[in-house]
Parts: sequence; structure tokens; C-alpha cells
Amino acid sequence: MTGRRDTTGSAGSRLLGVSALVGVAVLLLFAFVLTDPDVRVHPTTGEEFGQFDAVRLLYLHVPMAVLTYAAYILCAAASVGYLVRRTPWWDVTAYAAAEVGTVFCGLVLVTGSIWGRPVWNTWWEWGDVRLMTTLVLFLLFLGYLALRRTTVDPRHQARRAAVVALVAVLDIPLVNRSVEWWENRTLHQQSTLAELKIQDLTLFTLMLGFVVFGLVAAWLLLHRFRVGWLEQAAAEHGVAMAIAERHAELDMPDVDAAVGDAGDGP
Amino acid sequence: MTHLAYLVAGWGIALVVLGVYGFGLLRRGRRLTGQVPAGQRRWLTSPGDDGRGG
Repeated sequence: MTGRRDTTGSAGSRLLGVSALVGVAVLLLFAFVLTDPDVRVHPTTGEEFGQFDAVRLLYLHVPMAVLTYAAYILCAAASVGYLVRRTPWWDVTAYAAAEVGTVFCGLVLVTGSIWGRPVWNTWWEWGDVRLMTTLVLFLLFLGYLALRRTTVDPRHQARRAAVVALVAVLDIPLVNRSVEWWENRTLHQQSTLAELKIQDLTLFTLMLGFVVFGLVAAWLLLHRFRVGWLEQAAAEHGVAMAIAERHAELDMPDVDAAVGDAGDGP
Repeated sequence: MTHLAYLVAGWGIALVVLGVYGFGLLRRGRRLTGQVPAGQRRWLTSPGDDGRGG
């Protein structure tokens, strides 16, 4: 045991956290200094076009989008685990993954909007199927998190949340495949990674982004799990203490009456 | 560098939000740890202790 007793940290989580922080610093170096902007030259007119420096936002946006999928899939898998095993470990894992995934999903929407303004000349496009399916995914998991805050029996709440997670996660294939299934109804390009349209340092930096934000997500998930576990343990401990106090009250003689009897004596 | 304001906004918002969320988790954990008996802090217990897995 190497962790301090008064925190959710441990030796492993601190190592993970330091790795993530160093990774973010290295990623910033690659994203802003070592990689070139996306500038292409039109073959006939000679005019420059491309994303220019706005491409540097994609080293953040794309890994976060993939990690959003990963977190929500983990939430769904843990929800299945809960429905099968009915143990707190699965429930706490599902809740933690949903919360971390929602933070990432919100950032995907915000950073995508900021990237879209200089590249597409719009902050938001309501007719874009990928934007809309991602927004729906975000709202579905906001609903999941709202459900987790309702004050019903914890077992009923966990069961309902697991079902909601399994329904919500069905949106992920729609988000991912939307650029191919409805290619005329989106501003997004089709998969750049799968067809290896980017190379060299740009590809390396994007991969580095996956690793670094993967470390960040793992650190957040680990601590969120521990917070969730503590919340359950604290609630159980509180109930146990209340029961013990009640039992103690019932076992004790009537103190007031005893004091009164003693005071009435000769 | 082109689009500097967009870059600062995008990276800045993301890193600040992640930092604030992470810091908030540490604070929540620190507050809760005091409310739970040491044997139930699962990640600090040895396998022979009161570990509860799924």
C-alpha cells in the first residue's frame, strides 16, 4: 500500500497522471511547433488552399471523438455486466465511463464547432447528420446522468440507467457511419485515417494525440471510479451507522424515566 | 500562424475543462475518503481485506 489514506490517489494513478501531463506537453510541442500547417496548392490555378493552422485543432478533436466512443462503449459493456451480475463494481464502472465520456463528448462538440468556423465558415450546421447524431448522443448521456441523480432505490436506479445506456449507445454506429450512409448530408469528410490520407509527422502527431488523451481519459476514469466507489461505501456506512444507533436506542433503558425515578426517591 | 484565436480557444477550453474536472474529482475523492472506513477504500485494500469486486 503506497497511497495516502486521505485521497483517491495511489502510486499507479500518480504515475498515470504524471505521464498524462508530460504527454500533453509533448503533444502541444508537436501540434504547435513541429508539424506544418495544412497548405495545398491548386494544380491549375496555383492558389493555396487547405485548413492552414486550423488543422492543429484536429490533434485534439479527433482523439477525443474516438475516446468518447470508447467511454460510452465501456459504459454499455459495464451496464450489461451489471444486468447480468448485479454487483456494484459494474454499476460504478458504467457511471464513471458515462460521466467521463460526456465530458469528452461535450468537448468534441465545442472543439468541432471552433474548428468548423474557419474551415467551413460556420459554427454549426443543423442539417449535418454527424453533428446532429453526435448532439443526440451527448443529450442521451446527459439524460443518463440526470437519471443517476434521481432519488429512487439505488438498485432500481442502476437497472434503469443500464437500460438507458444500452439504448443510448446504439447511436454510436450512426455517428460513426453517418459520413458514409448520408454522405450528401454532411460537411464532414469520410474517414481520413482508414484510407491513410495523412502521413508522416501529421499522422504521428494524431496518433500521439490518441495516446495522450487516452492517458488523460484513463486517469479521469480511474479517479471517477474511486469517487463512485466511495460514494457507495459512504452511503452504506451511513445506513449501517444509522441502524446501529437505532438499535442502541432500542436497547438502552429509558434514561429520562430512570433519572426521574431516582429524583423522586427519598 | 493563422487562426490563432481559434487554436487558443479550442485547446484552451479543452485543457481547462479537463483540468477543472480532474481537480474536482480529486476534491470529491478527498472529501469522501474521510467518510468511509479504511477497509472499504477498495484500491488501498489488500486481497485479504474487505475488497468487493464484481
